Amino acid sequence: MCADGDAMTPFVRHRGKAAALPRRDVDTDQIIPKQFLKGVERTGFGEGLFFDWRADPNFELNRPEARGATILVTGPNFGCGSSREHAVWALAQSGFRAIIAPSFADIFLANCYRNGVLPVQLSPLDVDTLIQRAAGGSYEIAVDLEQCVVSDDHGFSARFTADPYGRELLLKGLDEIGRTLLEEPSIAAYERSRA
Amino acid sequence: MTRTLFDRVWEAHVVRELADDVALLYVDLHLVHEVTSPQAFAGLKREKRSVRRPELTLATVDHNVPTGDRSLPIADAIAARQVDALSTNAREFGIELFDLRSPDQGIVHVIGPELGATQPGMLIVCGDSHTSTHGAFGAFALGIGTSEVEHVLATQCIVLNKPRNLEARISGCLEPGVGAKDLILALIGKIGTAGAAGHVVEYTGAAVRALSMEERMTVCNMSIEAGARAGMIAPDEVTFAYLEGRPRAPQGAAWTAAVERWQTFRSDPDARYDAQVQLDASQLGPQVTWGTTPGMVADITARVPDPAQLPAESDRQAAARALEYMGLVPGTPLEGIPIDRVFLGSCTNARIEDLRAAASVVRGRHVAARVRAMVVPGSQRVKAQAEREGLDRVFREAGFEWRNAGCSMCLGMNADVLGAGERCAATSNRNFEGRQGRGGRTHLMSPAMAAAAAIEGRLVDVRGW
Repeated sequence: MCADGDAMTPFVRHRGKAAALPRRDVDTDQIIPKQFLKGVERTGFGEGLFFDWRADPNFELNRPEARGATILVTGPNFGCGSSREHAVWALAQSGFRAIIAPSFADIFLANCYRNGVLPVQLSPLDVDTLIQRAAGGSYEIAVDLEQCVVSDDHGFSARFTADPYGRELLLKGLDEIGRTLLEEPSIAAYERSRA
Repeated sequence: MTRTLFDRVWEAHVVRELADDVALLYVDLHLVHEVTSPQAFAGLKREKRSVRRPELTLATVDHNVPTGDRSLPIADAIAARQVDALSTNAREFGIELFDLRSPDQGIVHVIGPELGATQPGMLIVCGDSHTSTHGAFGAFALGIGTSEVEHVLATQCIVLNKPRNLEARISGCLEPGVGAKDLILALIGKIGTAGAAGHVVEYTGAAVRALSMEERMTVCNMSIEAGARAGMIAPDEVTFAYLEGRPRAPQGAAWTAAVERWQTFRSDPDARYDAQVQLDASQLGPQVTWGTTPGMVADITARVPDPAQLPAESDRQAAARALEYMGLVPGTPLEGIPIDRVFLGSCTNARIEDLRAAASVVRGRHVAARVRAMVVPGSQRVKAQAEREGLDRVFREAGFEWRNAGCSMCLGMNADVLGAGERCAATSNRNFEGRQGRGGRTHLMSPAMAAAAAIEGRLVDVRGW
């Protein structure tokens, strides 16, 4: 279920440095370009994160104020396109624990929940506020999944709605397969009903 | 209570409701390929788990395979390792694999339907976003990540939040020279790249009913480019006629029973959708993308838009950035933009009807001097059929390269890539930055439009041909 093969790291709350990526429709081809998809392990994807964009010295995440960030604040429809889970592995292995955006692509969301990365959906206005603050550098955000609140030290506080199933996976760091295998009687009954 | 096609397929697969609108669902068909599966199989081995229903799982190699000479070993050692890993995993877990030597090998979303493995009312998953293609048969088919692939392998089930349901009602009749690709590109342009996020789209209306099965696949294939969880079209006589006699379709008495059951997978006439969008097919011309998302699209008769004229600041920024990447100036007519490469291929448009449409445009003509053009059939079966019809000769004589099946330059994981700054007329599904090669510039369009562009060496309106 996760990079190192043990049970997934739970996500309850996290406080960390925020980096701003004020772009919309950031697709998974940008997050992890195709040349990094040829591995057969779940590790080693961090170096591929935004590989093509990183070649541009002006790329937002190349700026000194983005160094060491663990929370990414970005535009709508983040993670669209390819289903490649490698995109979430690359983000997680580069140290990102949470991503804040006005909206996310569906498959990307599902992949986040299964890798200990929290996707937080806030209003476009709130996201703009965070992007502006993060662009100033040395800006920290606190994300609390138990309370479903995002806050900072400068008076910002916003509640968010989390997908209940995804939230549970993250809070408990669940082995989803182990859990579904406990449903064996229901699965077997379903199979009999269709036979 | 009235129900939609999607409601019916969803309900038929609920193993257990886990919470409000969250269910454990049973998967009828799990398609597997070499790029998104190795970590899933590794997870099974680590946990000493088995594949619950190997006979409901089909594997093929498509994403990173070479499309040149198949008698040679794969030159890319890392790609070869992935192909070998799938072969080992398939053998170890008892899964049927269509490998590079198989006459049935091809793009996973082309071979499922052509083998008759894709059937109405099924729940189909694959670690690939274009799994939405299979919804053309009235299946609920969606792309999943590798953790979910592992989950389906181990349990034959998937946990999903029930998506909402959007009806895309397409009225009218497509004009000659305008096809399924134009229809879906126009719809994405209208509702945007996240316009269907969180929704399953059901395509309805006269224009959809009039589409062939392969055209319906093109439409459903690109549902994901509007952000949809899946796309669906209710099965009808067109669907049944396509499936009858295919290798994996039911035969004899089982066929009759299956058709009877499949006919129940439809929306009630007064079914309610969570959202609705309408499009008049008769108003559409051939579509061409000008930017770096499939939603940045316009009629071939239009001009490159001026970002400054767009209403929202975020749209202005995105369009300006896209035009800079694409090397295009606002106000330039789309028709006439010179191209360097042509790619006829992908799970969107590399079926036999696509190749016939393109061949009818190029027959007796020749690819423009500076242009390098290639045809990559969607499967080895499509390739063989095209060769029986002499289409390979039409393409070769016109100066196209004639390749073996695979995803190829749609995503450029193999050697088929654009160079930096090269401009390509492509029948694939994504014009993202660097998608077809770092710095490459992609214009998405129909097979007929791409074929015409190859001949002229620039974007042209195929209706003038």
